[in-house]
Amino acid sequence: MRVRQFRFSDMALGLISLALVAFILALLSAAGASAEHWTANRQIVSTLGLTDLCIVTEARYTRHLSQADGHAAFQDHPMALEHFPSGAILSPPPHLRTHAPLDR
Amino acid sequence: MRHWIARQRYLIDYTVAALARRMAKNAGLVAVYTALVFVVASVLLYSHALKREAGFLLQGAPEVVLQKLTAGRHDLVPADYVEKLQGIRGVRSVQGRLWGYYFDPLAAANFTVMVPPDRVIPAGSIVIGEGIARTRGAAEGDVMAMRGSDGALILLRIAEILPRDANIVTADLLLVGEADFRALFGITPGLYTDVVLSVAQPREVRTIAEKVLLRLPDTRPVLREEILRTYEAVFDWREGIVLMLLVGAGLAFVILAWEKASGLSADEQREIGVLKAVGWETGDVLTMKLWEGALVSGFAFLAGFSLAYWHVFTFSAPLFAPVLKGWSVLYPDFRLTPAVDGLQLASLFLFTVVPYVAATLVPVWRAAVTDPDRVMR
Repeated sequence: MRVRQFRFSDMALGLISLALVAFILALLSAAGASAEHWTANRQIVSTLGLTDLCIVTEARYTRHLSQADGHAAFQDHPMALEHFPSGAILSPPPHLRTHAPLDR
Repeated sequence: MRHWIARQRYLIDYTVAALARRMAKNAGLVAVYTALVFVVASVLLYSHALKREAGFLLQGAPEVVLQKLTAGRHDLVPADYVEKLQGIRGVRSVQGRLWGYYFDPLAAANFTVMVPPDRVIPAGSIVIGEGIARTRGAAEGDVMAMRGSDGALILLRIAEILPRDANIVTADLLLVGEADFRALFGITPGLYTDVVLSVAQPREVRTIAEKVLLRLPDTRPVLREEILRTYEAVFDWREGIVLMLLVGAGLAFVILAWEKASGLSADEQREIGVLKAVGWETGDVLTMKLWEGALVSGFAFLAGFSLAYWHVFTFSAPLFAPVLKGWSVLYPDFRLTPAVDGLQLASLFLFTVVPYVAATLVPVWRAAVTDPDRVMR
């Protein structure tokens, strides 16, 4: 019986193939992902009149980001600093930064 | 063709054997490279999926939300504002909304309390989001005690828990009847939190908002297009911040890869010299090094991206959770719908794989075209 000799290329190509299979599975899973609950969720948004996604709940102005004004983060007391961690990673709404005509 | 394949396999054999000779250094490089692709891909996937979901869901948001401002702060809107708005041409409907925040000392979490405009919730009952149920350990039929603005306890029975699938919009939501809402916050009848306007012609929204400002100068309209833009910008910003933080890691990797690739060690130079002396051609040396670059960066890209995909969409991005969570106790546990953007994938490939392969090839080419005798000295 002939024993197959170990080859480095088998190992390397095997590893790459494994990674490739994982990659293709990821792409297939994304392509087949169902967004059925989206329609139901949009219905909830529209019937309740919701304005924001519930991503961060720690501060009023990061929970309802689009409803906050430019000073919301500093309103707790005079000279108040913005102190919620999420405030550091969420930017103020762009319509406040551009000072649009409707901005107050 | 068979000959060509066999030849490439021998080259790969040699390449991997050469990599294995400097095992620790190369394994470290592959691990760091994979980790870098993993983090960058996680950020891109997470932001893209959230942006897509926000864009779709918030199409259902109100066309105009009108807030009243007093001394630069939100104030309650009197009912006669609603009547004044009804007279504006182009406005289909005007509705006063009741909503606010309740800090629950038991859970030490913030809830969003709202009176639903589409249904009447019987007095003494509430409907809660899955996040509240999880945080409070509550089930349907349980009674939740809430402290009103006058300090009195109000007992409310949980009539329904909103589905977990809707967590991205309802996790911290507590729906309550109007009478209970007013009792809880001490808001007298005739006052609303804000006003929602529905407009007949979507193109007229901005004009109507301007008319509203003329009629009620102490108000501030927030348009749906602004809400949508807010979320688009927020995720761009967040993506930008995380990527900025990663610049340091990226630069460290560039130095590592550059050092490995460009600063050919004396050993490697001698190796190339020996290969050329025993009859390898410049093309063979380059192909061998091309394989090295392709194997290392190809593996790092494929593995890093796949790991990022499962991290974000199967495990809900636990590595980002501490950043997003901040100090909030009630953390919305939502699962994003998987989405991969082709352009994003292509740019990730372009920025991670191509530079590495290029950095490997150039110095080797320089060494390979030099006379073997000189290289070996």
